Amino acid sequence: MLEQIVHSVKLLQPETALAVTFCVLLVLDLVVRRKSNLAAWLALLGLVVTAFFVLQQASSGQNSIFFNMLAVDSFSVFFKFVILASSFLIILFSLQSDELNSGTRRLGEYYSLIIALTLGMFLMTGASNLLMMYLSIELTSISSYILAGYTKEAEDSSEASLKYVIYGAVSSGMMLYGISMLYGLTGAVDIYGINRALTEGDINLMALMIASILMVAGFGYKISAVPFHFWTPDVYEGAPITITAFLSVASKAAGFAMMMRFFKVSFLDPTVGNLAMGAWASFQGFEWNQLLAAISVLTMTLGNLVAIWQNNLKRLLAYSSIAHAGYMLMGVVVLSNEGLAAVLIYFVVYLFMNLGAFYTVMIVANKTGSEDIEAYKGLGYRTPLIGVAMTIFLLSLTGIPPTAGFVGKLYLFAALINGKWFWLVVIGALNSVVSLYYYVRILRNMFLKTPERSAEPIQFSFAHVTILLVLLIPTILLGVYFGPLVEYAQASLVMFGIQ
Amino acid sequence: MEFFGLGILTWITFLPIVGMVIVLLLPKENKDAIRWTSAIFTGLQVVLAIIIYMNFNRGMAGINTQEGFQFIEKATWIDIKSVAWFGRVQIEYFMGIDGLSVLMVILTALISFIAVFASWEIDKAVKGYFALLLLLDTGMMGVFVALDFFLFYVFWEVMLLPMYFLIGIWGGPRREYAAIKFFLYTLLGSVLILLAILALYFSVSVNDPVTGEKIHTFNMLAMMNPANFEPGSILAGMNTSWRYIAFIALFIGFAIKVPIFPFHTWLPDAHVEAPTAISVILAGILLKMGTYGLLRISYPMFPDATVFYQIPMAILGFINIVYGALVAMAQEDFKKLIAYSSISHMGIVVLGMAAFNTQGMTGAILQMFNHGTITAMLFLIVGVIYDRAHTRGLSEFGGLMNQMPKYAAVMSIAFFAALGLPGLSGFISEAFAFLGAFQSFRWITIASTVGIVLTAGYMLWTLQRVFLGTLPERWKTLPDINGRELFTLVPLAVIVIVLGIYPSPAIDLLTSAVNTLVDVVGQSGGMAMGGQ
Repeated sequence: MLEQIVHSVKLLQPETALAVTFCVLLVLDLVVRRKSNLAAWLALLGLVVTAFFVLQQASSGQNSIFFNMLAVDSFSVFFKFVILASSFLIILFSLQSDELNSGTRRLGEYYSLIIALTLGMFLMTGASNLLMMYLSIELTSISSYILAGYTKEAEDSSEASLKYVIYGAVSSGMMLYGISMLYGLTGAVDIYGINRALTEGDINLMALMIASILMVAGFGYKISAVPFHFWTPDVYEGAPITITAFLSVASKAAGFAMMMRFFKVSFLDPTVGNLAMGAWASFQGFEWNQLLAAISVLTMTLGNLVAIWQNNLKRLLAYSSIAHAGYMLMGVVVLSNEGLAAVLIYFVVYLFMNLGAFYTVMIVANKTGSEDIEAYKGLGYRTPLIGVAMTIFLLSLTGIPPTAGFVGKLYLFAALINGKWFWLVVIGALNSVVSLYYYVRILRNMFLKTPERSAEPIQFSFAHVTILLVLLIPTILLGVYFGPLVEYAQASLVMFGIQ
Repeated sequence: MEFFGLGILTWITFLPIVGMVIVLLLPKENKDAIRWTSAIFTGLQVVLAIIIYMNFNRGMAGINTQEGFQFIEKATWIDIKSVAWFGRVQIEYFMGIDGLSVLMVILTALISFIAVFASWEIDKAVKGYFALLLLLDTGMMGVFVALDFFLFYVFWEVMLLPMYFLIGIWGGPRREYAAIKFFLYTLLGSVLILLAILALYFSVSVNDPVTGEKIHTFNMLAMMNPANFEPGSILAGMNTSWRYIAFIALFIGFAIKVPIFPFHTWLPDAHVEAPTAISVILAGILLKMGTYGLLRISYPMFPDATVFYQIPMAILGFINIVYGALVAMAQEDFKKLIAYSSISHMGIVVLGMAAFNTQGMTGAILQMFNHGTITAMLFLIVGVIYDRAHTRGLSEFGGLMNQMPKYAAVMSIAFFAALGLPGLSGFISEAFAFLGAFQSFRWITIASTVGIVLTAGYMLWTLQRVFLGTLPERWKTLPDINGRELFTLVPLAVIVIVLGIYPSPAIDLLTSAVNTLVDVVGQSGGMAMGGQ
């Protein structure tokens, strides 16, 4: 018992580091009364320390800690890196955001909440117990509710926050109900126990189906899958852009990690399929992946079709991120390691291209005060660097080679084709053609139109260029040389409890 | 053949990129330096193309064996080691040319060089224009030399963005609409090609020469060997419905580029709105990629499906020829007329290709080259008159023969070549294509010849509308064609005349490749050859 706890605490170092950072920031905010960026730099320091601990975990093999509460395995470490990278970048973005730094607002609390949010996501990646899943989702959600409404003077920000809370409450209520049903059916709360109970016992499939639909409501809310996406556009539009960017990448990554672990481990039938070959089966014809396939189609199609009509870029990117969640869901549907590897690859790629697009929107909004597509007229001539960078990010989001987005789509499509999901892959491919239309609308405004108003170039500093390059270089490089990324993703698919 | 450690195909493909970087580094006020840099780099490309022509071994066949290819370059690009559940992934930097591609390489170099001079008068954002033009050049050249499917696809897609901007920024009044239409259409085709590539990828595996392990590969030549298809994989076997579906996916992808009816509607818009030089490139090179893709990829990889769809392809060729000609006849806009005549002429390529015999295929490939040169001339000619009169309405002209005699001479050569007058290059390739097609499907061919009559009709009528009759008062000051414009037209005119009288230099290049391709389709497709 004691041994287990000591062992567990050792493997909880990254989370501990985050918790300590959170507390330090909170206290600091009480003590230091004047406005300064100290909190941001301390938060960055905390993330670096956390990254150090995560690196150590990368070589510690597969573990389950606190009596199967959390899994610390290659799979969770991979997602922790994705989440860390995005938190780090988001804090850097926040330092440059005029929206946040205007007025006399002190941001200590803001940075501490970002750290709390990161902590919640870390727990989500490893959660292997239904209660842990619920708690980590709540920790993430509550931090994000506050952050979404952080610019209190902006009405839409408050509206966003309130909508977020209401939808979040409904979804987590549904999920909780699903959890209780699952517990009633199987008598277990950890996913390994659920799996044992399912394979041994005689379970009412109908009840199980309802329970998993309710669970999907919780996951779907986090990854903003249709029909649990209604909060997304309003929250993304209303929230400060840094938070929007953060939610669109990190929060989704955590949601996907938790969902993939839950479905794969709980519903795995170890007697069917060939795990060593990367294909597995869900038990007794319980075809949860059909459900996800339907959600995936709805998600990407709706995301893309509605995005066409958006004129506010934050809202447009919100719908585009819904569509991307749909693409990634395709990878989960296949029931093979290939599909999951494709999702992992996609997340790394998506991290750079999506944050890149949001960062560009932020720079432009800093200068023009507008996120409207009209503000982009002639941008390519006013500020060629930003125009070209945005072009590359958008092409990558469309999935045109030689950018990283193409590699992400390539692996997703490849997994689907190898898994013989032809109808789904055709829908996915057609969706990327549709998505081109609205991404190109931005290109059109930047290059094909001449600026109407004061055609001043947008000023940017050395720091801006550095961050832009940090996002831009991987977006191109991973498109022409993706070997290491793929190898790492493929090696990161090991979940505790599954060989 | 290597220069400074890099193969000639790498040079010819990536020289424009080097040029693009230099153009980007030049100050944007220095427009002449930008123009001349572009001219020099595309000029170097032409020199390399001539070197390739001189050193090309006419006896080597190519198509489906690596031994048959020339100027081969092969290096590992991406090598992902296998995991328990996923085999090794190998993507190669693999280039080479054979009789099928050599003419296209030469054509690409030549047309790009001419396009630079045709763009000389562009004055808006010169730096961006030439940078994009050079990027486009690399994409086109890469498509014709790539032998790895992944590499091929990257080049295929690289072209889209520069083309979008070149039409969208420097085009005519409805440029935005035309540009996005082009982009969407071709991307739709591309994703279908991508899906077919992935299906092929998972169906084909080769043994690693060193370790002996099975690896999936993007190597095009490996995909052409039926023995490499894994039993039980989706595209294994012959004449299965999945093979037909994959063929159709590829076919639509390529047909959009050609463009084959009913996927042609983007073309007139793109042509009418694009600036002259871009129209020249579009008609001269881009359209050829579709038919090249069919011959290079669809035919040898899916010979069974190719044979299965022979008659539908021939019928589509027929529709292209006659429909294109009929619509061209109804055009008032000079440029739109040429655009539809392109559709009609590409139909001849499709018809010849569908014949599956030596004459038909030779005619098709030769027609690809000849159409490239002739249509390039036609679009340049439209550009000349548009630059002067700022209108393309055919009914507004008349009696220009005496006003612009040199122009009239050049235009007559191009028009007579386009309508297939013996002694000019268009005649040879059309004759071959129809000859081949006649042996394979008599009635479709006979019906298609209607297109020739129609072509003669609208071409002569156009000549008459522009040159004969009375000269309207407002055109009495039109200057004749100038030196720069002649410089772009005369080399093409010389090629058209020389190949019309003595086509062997071109035909010799492709005979071995065509024979092999006919054999490949014939044997694997299980069909008796020619004359039946």
